[in-house]
Amino acid sequence: MAKYQLNINGQRKEVTVDPSTPLLWVLREDLKMTGTKYGCGVSACGACTVHVGGVATRSCMLPVALVGERPVVTIEAMSEDPVGRVVQDAWVEKDVVQCGYCQSGQIMTAVALLKHTSKPTDDNIEESMGGNICRCATYVRIRAAIKVAAGKLK
Amino acid sequence: MSSATTKARDQQLDRRNFLRVTASAAGGLLVSLYLGSPSAAQEGGPPNPQPKNYPPDAFVNIRPDGHVVIQVNRLEFGQGVHTALPMILADELDADWSQVVAELAPAGEVYKDPVFGIQMVGGSGSIAHSFQQYRELGAKTRAMLVAAAAKRWNVAPEQCRTQESVVRGPGGQSAKYAELATEAARQPVPANVRLKNPADFRLVGKNMRRLDSRPKCDGSLKFGLDLDLPGMKVAMVAHPPVFGAKVKGFDDKAARELEGVREVFEIPVTRGGTGVAIVADKFWTAKRARDLLKIEWDFNGVERADTTRLREQYTQLARTAGLKSIARGDAKALDAVAASNRIVAEYEFPYLPHAPMEPLNTTVRFDGDRAEAWAGSQFQTFDQMAIAEVLGLKPDRVTFHTEMAGGGFGRRAVTDSHVQREAAQIAKRMRGTPVKLIWSREDDIRGGYYRPMHVHRVEVGIGADGMPAAWRHVIVGQSLLVGTPFAMMMKDGVDNSSVEGVSDTHYNIANFNVSVHHPNVNVPVLWWRSVGHTHSAYVMETLIDELAARAKMDPIAYRRKLLKPEAKKLHAALSLLEAKSAAWRRKLPKGHAAGISCHESFGTGVACAVDVSIENKRPKIHRVTVAVDCGLAVNPLTVESQFQAGVAFGLSQLMAKGAITFKDGLVEQRNFDGYVPPYMPDAPVAVDVHIVPSAEAPSGCGEPPVPVISPAVVNALSRLTGKRYRSLPLVAL
Repeated sequence: MAKYQLNINGQRKEVTVDPSTPLLWVLREDLKMTGTKYGCGVSACGACTVHVGGVATRSCMLPVALVGERPVVTIEAMSEDPVGRVVQDAWVEKDVVQCGYCQSGQIMTAVALLKHTSKPTDDNIEESMGGNICRCATYVRIRAAIKVAAGKLK
Repeated sequence: MSSATTKARDQQLDRRNFLRVTASAAGGLLVSLYLGSPSAAQEGGPPNPQPKNYPPDAFVNIRPDGHVVIQVNRLEFGQGVHTALPMILADELDADWSQVVAELAPAGEVYKDPVFGIQMVGGSGSIAHSFQQYRELGAKTRAMLVAAAAKRWNVAPEQCRTQESVVRGPGGQSAKYAELATEAARQPVPANVRLKNPADFRLVGKNMRRLDSRPKCDGSLKFGLDLDLPGMKVAMVAHPPVFGAKVKGFDDKAARELEGVREVFEIPVTRGGTGVAIVADKFWTAKRARDLLKIEWDFNGVERADTTRLREQYTQLARTAGLKSIARGDAKALDAVAASNRIVAEYEFPYLPHAPMEPLNTTVRFDGDRAEAWAGSQFQTFDQMAIAEVLGLKPDRVTFHTEMAGGGFGRRAVTDSHVQREAAQIAKRMRGTPVKLIWSREDDIRGGYYRPMHVHRVEVGIGADGMPAAWRHVIVGQSLLVGTPFAMMMKDGVDNSSVEGVSDTHYNIANFNVSVHHPNVNVPVLWWRSVGHTHSAYVMETLIDELAARAKMDPIAYRRKLLKPEAKKLHAALSLLEAKSAAWRRKLPKGHAAGISCHESFGTGVACAVDVSIENKRPKIHRVTVAVDCGLAVNPLTVESQFQAGVAFGLSQLMAKGAITFKDGLVEQRNFDGYVPPYMPDAPVAVDVHIVPSAEAPSGCGEPPVPVISPAVVNALSRLTGKRYRSLPLVAL
């Protein structure tokens, strides 16, 4: 067990956990922030995507010991984020979700895309979103919602 | 559940009516339904003369603050019932939609599916089975509110109007539903009630956005896996590597040395096997501890499935006649057709995992004389009973909460409730402590309960008109029903879920013979979204396309010619498909081809056209046009969503790594690296969905998108490559 000081959604959080614990489980179990989801544990599905130092990152394989000073931003902060809010609104407008379990990760990935590429092409969208599984396969509406959000962000 | 609702459930209420109204403790109106035999309830008929001893449950709660809380009698796991069922009730109630709150009902007698008789989601029956039920609940509640208002104003109920949770009288009087609640609770429950003329629907038939959208977009919605209870522990189970193997011995010394590990013990698991359960404070501890276990397994007497051997065995079996499913016309007609006019086709389909995004989980707390459970369950009735059985309780001593689930596709509808049994075994040992059992993704991929592997062998004799004159079809695949409570649905040994979509085909084939073999294999199998139609539609629709090509006929025209006239939904869907896709199919870019298919399942007729090219040796699906006849579309926005996404889900079958294989009893895949479902680049770029206008009763939309897509895509590929694709997954083009 070791003590870690983390910067989560702009707040300082202290946790005492095994150094190998993935950030995902620190968020979910120690900090009770369950918006970030466990889907595969091997970085293959993207349900656990958060932003670490501004980069979309799979939290299921990132040991807490390696997070360091980098700020971590999760789905719970998106309603207050200027891009995040627009993306969430677009998701609601296009009625994207079905089961919804993967959508935290989809939204975090889409927000990272739109923060770097304000007018993404279809290819940009497939490249950025192409590693996130939606088992309900709501991909057509995810694509449409990203375009709606991009339209509102310009 | 609101406290008022829970409190009312515990009260002993008059059982003379199907619906019971009470003023809730807080002053709201509580409408409960109980003892419901659906037929009697629909007729507003006589009360059940022999009421069973269980507490009534509320379907509608009009709170003093104006909120209308509606219980949803089945699991929400993406299909949209959490919005559609409240829409139906709220429409008849004339409730203010902005004040409607939906809740997933716990396990309870009154929440059983009116047709199936158990509480469940399956067979695409959510709307089809509960449409009338929810309409009547809404209409009766409204009638009591109107009666209360009419009495207050001393006017006839017929003179009152309702809109947006307000009753208005003839002299300009008005009262909100919440204000009338206490008086409405004193009104008799109407035995019969007039339902709305569909032309007056204000919600049903309109595009309504989901009620659960925002909380699923901001991370606030709690799924079963997100449950957190005071003092809760997390459990994982080390399952035997071969189904049915047992623990011979295990060394847990290293595992127990980890800080946070509470218990390690052996438990029974599915198929007579045993496993080792680890209970820890947190998931990561439980997982690390499980990795440190040294377990010696006893494989004695356990069959080791091997898909290479099974394929050979199934292929041989398919060359012999099986149990008769259907034999129509002249059995010798096929032999009369010249060999040059015959097609002999052998198809292979692999085991498929459901792999819902939310890994399987169940939380149970056992308190000695009662228990509480939380699970995203498609089968609340069975799961509650299974937990009760393990704990030695009566089912009504197990409070079973339905948790929102991250997908399912059939995987949470398991008749032996093996996950809930494991959770109950662990809770039994950990008495007083809530324990959340989590299956990792690896546990899920390797855990069995797959769509069974199948082989089809079809011989078709083609008539002079290019139409199939004789058809002999043998299907080989494990039965889903053998050994389950549904086995009684089997007739003469034939499991209809293996032959559905073939034996009941709407194509008019005079001489038609279908038989089936159901081998016993040591692999647990389960329905996978659209069940037998996953493979039967593929076989039928690729063969029909092949026949159309041989006859040099347009694939839509050929289908319409061959379909029986009474297949009205398929004719309507094909006609609409033609109208909506003809223009783009005529102007396809070079290197693209169109593929067609149609199939009816769960009472819904679907036709689809796809625009496909080949990129990087894989099918690239540029566009899908779907036409659907599902009767009245309660929420067209959800119907569109189910089809847009459902066709992409169906492409799971074509993925190069879209299969579960066994070698020497071991599953060869582990996670999403070995079993790969469709990602965005594998899915269609665009899907346009067109609904046949209809006033018929609604039919299902959860499963019908799945069967049509794979055959449509490979029919297009066949046009591009000249090859036929009879073996899935689609490893190479």
